[in-house]
Amino acid sequence: MKEIKIYERPKAWAKGVHTHYCPGCGHGITHRLICEIIDELGIQNDTIGTAPVGCAALMYDYIDVDFCEAAHGRAPALATGIKRTRPDKIVFTYQGDGDLASIGTAEIIHVANRGEKLTTIFINNAIYGMTGGQMAPTTLIGQKATTCPFGRDPQLAGYPMRMCELLATLETPGFITRVSVARPKYIIEAKKAIKQAFQNQIEGKGYSFVEVLSNCPTNWGMTPVQAFEWTESTMIPHYPLGVFKNFE
Amino acid sequence: MARVLMKGTEAIAEAAIQAGCNYFFGYPITPQNEIPEYMSAKLPKIGGAYVQAESEVAAINMVMGGGSTGTKIMTTSSSPGISLMSEGISYIAGCEIPAVIVNVMRGGPGLGGILPSQADYFQATKGGGNGDYRLLVLAPSTLQEAVEITQMAFDLALKYRNPVMILADGFMGQMMEAVEIREHVSGEIPPRESWALGCMGERGGKRSILKSLYLNPEDLEQHNIKLQKKYREMEKEVRFEAYLCEDAEILLSAFGTTARIARSAINNLRNEGIKVGMLRPITLFPFPSRKLAELASGTKHVLVVEMNMGQMVEDVEAAVCGKAKVSFFGHAGGIAPSVREIEDRIRAIL
Ligand SMILES: Cc1ncc(C[n+]2csc(CCOP(=O)(O)OP(=O)(O)O)c2C)c(N)n1
Ligand code: SF4
Repeated sequence: MKEIKIYERPKAWAKGVHTHYCPGCGHGITHRLICEIIDELGIQNDTIGTAPVGCAALMYDYIDVDFCEAAHGRAPALATGIKRTRPDKIVFTYQGDGDLASIGTAEIIHVANRGEKLTTIFINNAIYGMTGGQMAPTTLIGQKATTCPFGRDPQLAGYPMRMCELLATLETPGFITRVSVARPKYIIEAKKAIKQAFQNQIEGKGYSFVEVLSNCPTNWGMTPVQAFEWTESTMIPHYPLGVFKNFE
Repeated sequence: MARVLMKGTEAIAEAAIQAGCNYFFGYPITPQNEIPEYMSAKLPKIGGAYVQAESEVAAINMVMGGGSTGTKIMTTSSSPGISLMSEGISYIAGCEIPAVIVNVMRGGPGLGGILPSQADYFQATKGGGNGDYRLLVLAPSTLQEAVEITQMAFDLALKYRNPVMILADGFMGQMMEAVEIREHVSGEIPPRESWALGCMGERGGKRSILKSLYLNPEDLEQHNIKLQKKYREMEKEVRFEAYLCEDAEILLSAFGTTARIARSAINNLRNEGIKVGMLRPITLFPFPSRKLAELASGTKHVLVVEMNMGQMVEDVEAAVCGKAKVSFFGHAGGIAPSVREIEDRIRAIL
């Protein structure tokens, strides 16, 4: 018997909408993974998302579950309030690197340290996408951005922050992992990690954090193909993929 | 529950619990620490939760999250903490999420002092955060009133899906009075399935999005028009106390603790045959402008007394609109206007 695979729109993808994301942007790929996982776990009616401030601010237009908008960086606190009052629901934050690693540093560290039973998807594209390509805490050494036109200088701006490694120093958080969406082989691993992060929550386990190395071809000044190559050649060596904590 | 002697902060905490508030998110700051302390001891025992946030910034966003599921939520803080919450309060108002916020005011600006003050009147009634939003603002002047206002605040927040702020001051928080706290049953409030997060199943797969972002300017305008309409509807919640106003030649206006002091001055002056009364706003937004205008037209002079350098006086002036002379007397935080000082001011006006 021949198996026929149909590439369908996930049920959790809002009907008839196309994203506003630039070609080759990692946000769209990650959204799709989240939708597939929501379908596979059968949790569409029970999932509550928090939308960040950043390029993904309109993600509620694409993912068809309950949503609340968060102020810039505050999603972990917002999600804490949602999950504490509705522990029966699946709650997630989805945050960029400006949102999570800069303005929301306090909130992310403390949500992890309290071990809130929720899931964070962290989109690290090494830049501020929405505001037009300013330097982020994750911008690589030598990488140019509109507010570091000569390339990031560690003497002035410090070194790019590795959030997984930082959070993994805490005792409480359960699952911390870094994945990429730069090539199909990475995307398969990314989906597994994000699915586990949701599954952990369904099982009532503690806090789960998935960092996704993403791309911003527009603000990196690259074509989508160049951007995927750059992620692999330059980002992954600084931000190694792997599991940093898994409820041990 | 019979009448018991309680501290203001604890009375507010217990009143909230009796009104069905099972969740509290906050950050320590003097002079209101007894509220989070009380909540941390009680809420886990009744199936609720107390979370000590990492900052007031986080606390107010937890409040937003808790409110977004249609749950009765409260946070309490004091002036510098409320400044940090202002971003979140603007989002809560913009997203139309119910929440109760108590400000036990202390002196400012900046770190100011830890002693009582009323210097956050502007912050509470005019904004604090960005954008065209309003809070329902309630100012109790006795502990029994604080209990009743706290319980009512949850209903108002849910009814209008709007943040409600209770403005108390350090005196109210720390004083002891006999209070009676009854279990409070909410009146008519919209069912949470009609709007809140977490009810997609009950709604047959129809989801809810709570947001304040409207990139299309026409949509943003419509959102703001809708909010303004709601703020006008809140006018019917206006509350005040008119004390000995019928024959008053001089009208005092004060709120909260200052109104208690003014009342003593009025009683003394009445004994001397001086006809003085007081309009005490209980809602600072909506402000009892109409009542003030009506009372002012029968008097020569309106004296506004506050524990700040002159804030509510601007709303009084706008309401009185030239019908009587308006003057101001006040002290910054820590020093309350005394009965004697208020009497002397009135005598000087005569
Ligand atoms: C309080 C506040 N400060 C600044 C901004 C402006 N702002 C919007 S998005 C953004 C950065 C977004 O970058 P990131 O979180 O990395 O997300 P991306 O757009 O790259 O997905 C900033 C600074 C804001 N909206 N609110
Ligand atoms: S600006 Fe960058 S992050 Fe934003 S949508 Fe475009 S590619 Fe994606």
